[in-house]
Amino acid sequence: MAESAQSPLAQFEIKELMPISVGETSIAFTNSAAFMALSVLLITLFLVLGMRKSSLVPGRWQSMAEISYEFVANLLVETVGNEGRKYFPFVFSLFMFILFGNMLGMIPYSFTFTSHIIVTFTMAIVVFLGVTILGFVRHGWHFFSFFVPPGVSVVLWPLMIPIEIISYLSRPVSLGVRLFANLTAGHTMLKVFAGFVVSMGVIGGILPLAFVVALTGLELLIAFLQAYVFTILTCFYINDAIHLH
Amino acid sequence: MRSYYSDHMTNDNEIDPLNSLATRLSHARESSGSEAPGATVGSGVRQGLGFAMRIGVELVSALIVGVLIGLAIDYWLGTNPWCLLVFFVLGSIAGIFNVYRTAAGLSQTVGYRANLKNYSNRSVSREETEGNKDSG
Repeated sequence: MAESAQSPLAQFEIKELMPISVGETSIAFTNSAAFMALSVLLITLFLVLGMRKSSLVPGRWQSMAEISYEFVANLLVETVGNEGRKYFPFVFSLFMFILFGNMLGMIPYSFTFTSHIIVTFTMAIVVFLGVTILGFVRHGWHFFSFFVPPGVSVVLWPLMIPIEIISYLSRPVSLGVRLFANLTAGHTMLKVFAGFVVSMGVIGGILPLAFVVALTGLELLIAFLQAYVFTILTCFYINDAIHLH
Repeated sequence: MRSYYSDHMTNDNEIDPLNSLATRLSHARESSGSEAPGATVGSGVRQGLGFAMRIGVELVSALIVGVLIGLAIDYWLGTNPWCLLVFFVLGSIAGIFNVYRTAAGLSQTVGYRANLKNYSNRSVSREETEGNKDSG
């Protein structure tokens, strides 16, 4: 009651739950790590318990588990083709982790770990490095033909190749920043409008309250959509690495 | 539908409840108006929104990368501010190309003509191009 004027950014604060340090570096177990562990736990429970009965005609829960599986499987096969099947475990884990992270963040008083750029950027870098290594392994030095746009005269190569390299290097940045920016902006906006509800009183607060309700719906959509976008871009990148032009 | 479903179906003795389920499902689908069984509700909307989400950041991220590369080269070679200027321009061009590629449906692949061909092939028949892409 005393500290009612809290910053809308206070929700993104990292709190150390269990201070651990190795030498000088602190590797404390934070609220961010706690929610990551929680989301992994929930994903495991959701899928393992959902598929426990694995009946032919699925119940509600099993149906949800199957839909999430098929959603990612279809996405992968549509974008990469049948060769993409072996990357399914990675892509599916990525999708579920981001989706659960985003959805857990929608619960009041919880922490959204995908709203930290270090988390999203790390995932993006993992995808980027993995895809680059994949391209190298499958194509060797031919991989560098990736940076030479076909149908462009040799005179323009000194201009085009740096542009293509920048474009390629911008992939992890755009992947990471997109997820982080959407989640951070959305959650901040929710908090700001929720703050208006309190400060404008009973009558004036109805409009911002309606806004908060609408925004919550929008944020749920975005939570799913961002997981989807991250996943489909990962699929695109895998496709590019497998099928060089 | 899927092969594993049909495998189960042939082995299953209780075929009647499945048949009734299939008829009920098809009735429900007809009444709701969606024809494709695999398509989730509003997949067009989802794709459109996903597309909208991607396009803005593509422009900025290439610019960020360009500026960072320019600053790094300037720092190493002491050529303030020339590399920054050059890579700022290159980054903007790369950003615009990114947006163009996304908008033209070329996914993220570098290069244009080959992908346009690839893309149209893929949308016509994905199975046929599957073999060609490995060789190319």
